[in-house]
Amino acid sequence: MNILALIKQVPDTAVDLKISAEALDIMYQDIPWVINPYDEYAVEEALRIKEKNGGSVTIISMGPDRAADIIKSSIAMGADEGIHLKDTAFDGSDAYGTAFILSKIAGISGYDIILAGKQAVDDGWGQVGPALSEILNIPSVSSILKLEISEDKRTATAHREIDEGLEIVEVPLPALFTIQQGINTPRYASLPGIMRAKKKEIKVFNAGALGISQGETGREASRIMLQKLSKPHARKNGEMLKGDAISAAKELINRLRNEAKVI
Amino acid sequence: MNNRDTLVIAEHKEGAVTSGTLEAIGAGRYVSGRLNTGLSVVILGSGISALSSAISNIDTDNIYLIENHLLAQYASDAHLAAIYPFIKTNKPSIILIPSTCLGRDLAPKLAARLRTAYISDVSGIEVDNSEILFTRQVYGGRLLSTVKCRGGMPWVITLRSRAFEKPAASASKPPKVEGFPVGIDPSHIRTIIKNIEKTQKGLGLTDADIVISGGRGMKGAEGFKMLEKLAGILGGVVGASGAAVDAGWMPHSAQVGQTGKVVSPKLYIACGISGAPQHLAGMSTSKCIVAINKDPDAPIFKTADYGIAGDIFEVLPILIEELKR
Repeated sequence: MNILALIKQVPDTAVDLKISAEALDIMYQDIPWVINPYDEYAVEEALRIKEKNGGSVTIISMGPDRAADIIKSSIAMGADEGIHLKDTAFDGSDAYGTAFILSKIAGISGYDIILAGKQAVDDGWGQVGPALSEILNIPSVSSILKLEISEDKRTATAHREIDEGLEIVEVPLPALFTIQQGINTPRYASLPGIMRAKKKEIKVFNAGALGISQGETGREASRIMLQKLSKPHARKNGEMLKGDAISAAKELINRLRNEAKVI
Repeated sequence: MNNRDTLVIAEHKEGAVTSGTLEAIGAGRYVSGRLNTGLSVVILGSGISALSSAISNIDTDNIYLIENHLLAQYASDAHLAAIYPFIKTNKPSIILIPSTCLGRDLAPKLAARLRTAYISDVSGIEVDNSEILFTRQVYGGRLLSTVKCRGGMPWVITLRSRAFEKPAASASKPPKVEGFPVGIDPSHIRTIIKNIEKTQKGLGLTDADIVISGGRGMKGAEGFKMLEKLAGILGGVVGASGAAVDAGWMPHSAQVGQTGKVVSPKLYIACGISGAPQHLAGMSTSKCIVAINKDPDAPIFKTADYGIAGDIFEVLPILIEELKR
């Protein structure tokens, strides 16, 4: 089985983010970069499918030089190959543009199963996976919590999270799945894995190598234009209800009924 | 339907359109009013003619019914095969879809097939001189981003649950109801729904008016039973912080936060939750926030409208007793 795991490097959103002067980006100084958590579940799931069904796991990430870090760390977890899509012509691509670029490398590398996080925690579009499946004209199942490959490896059954619970969906392969939190617990890299990742050569593809012409990707081709970034309105300072547990609880009920009028 | 109308793709459950759909109609009324176009609602399903009378007093100009037995439950291939020709025929300018498990699956594929812009999880729309600005949360709710679309229409927009008001008025004249026949080739449907396991009774977290969440301070799965009790009395739904989910006390589906559900209820009660940024990202747009925590310096109190610095196991039983009266 040829399994592709698509990963994105994102700023660690646990740190304080500052907006740049033009309000069109965040300040990148001293920001720790991490693998998008949903994508890490995708890497783990790819490794588990390979362990059970055989095949190979190829990690694909688009981004600047630093994106090589998360490709390496995924190889250290056990992935076989790493591909880095890197070109200034990709800068400012919207999610559809990213999916378009990914469709080119998918065409080159071949695939039976494509896994990606259900969304990235930075811009949160949740579009790259589903759009890629449309471009490749393969079925996709989004936000899955379980994935099983049939014995003949021709179909897969996914458990998709829906509002009421779970939906059990069967699709023919090749197919694309986006991964929801809860599907697995990603493993730590092993020491031999880390050694292997250090030596492993990551293949780099630019626009030309992917057969992408100028203007097909990047800011020029983007259908989305960022106007500004801002901080959400701070909530007004609340009030601590004083007294012992009984009087505080009674006062809370009184406030919720008569002041906030929410119960 | 006229070209360049605003279109709402409705979602329905158990014979009624969802509240997210009504919110989308409310947002659609605003957009179509500012753009001076009509508003249409399209409903896909099997046996949906009953729905049209249920929504005939809704403030929209047109209702379209796409009836097909292959649309009985949501499957992306079948729904795309049905909605795509409808859109190609009617040429709306803006398509509004509730940002639910269905919408977040359908919308990005639809936009990719149309090769037009897609914006997900929009929480604000502003139309100014025919320029449309969309606001959405980014970086896990730490920042807001305002974006514009360009290029061919229709633009596909999913709307965050509870971010828009339902239409205030009922229709001055009843909407025109029309069918739109489509043929769906069953062999084109690759996604086959084998089964649906309903794990959730009643309202979901994102639909609930009242959410009561517990964190590490609940000390174990046992503590959440108390929250269930309080939720039962108030008509709310129980959620959990990432810490409580990681500890195995509650399922992932109950997690509120950046990597869980984003909720915006009328009342959010945080019990034994310290208030990590990850959690705040999932609930800080709630209308009224209550925090109960032993630690008076817990960051959650900065976000709360009402705070009680006290032992959750002492305060909650009193709250439950007092509310029962």
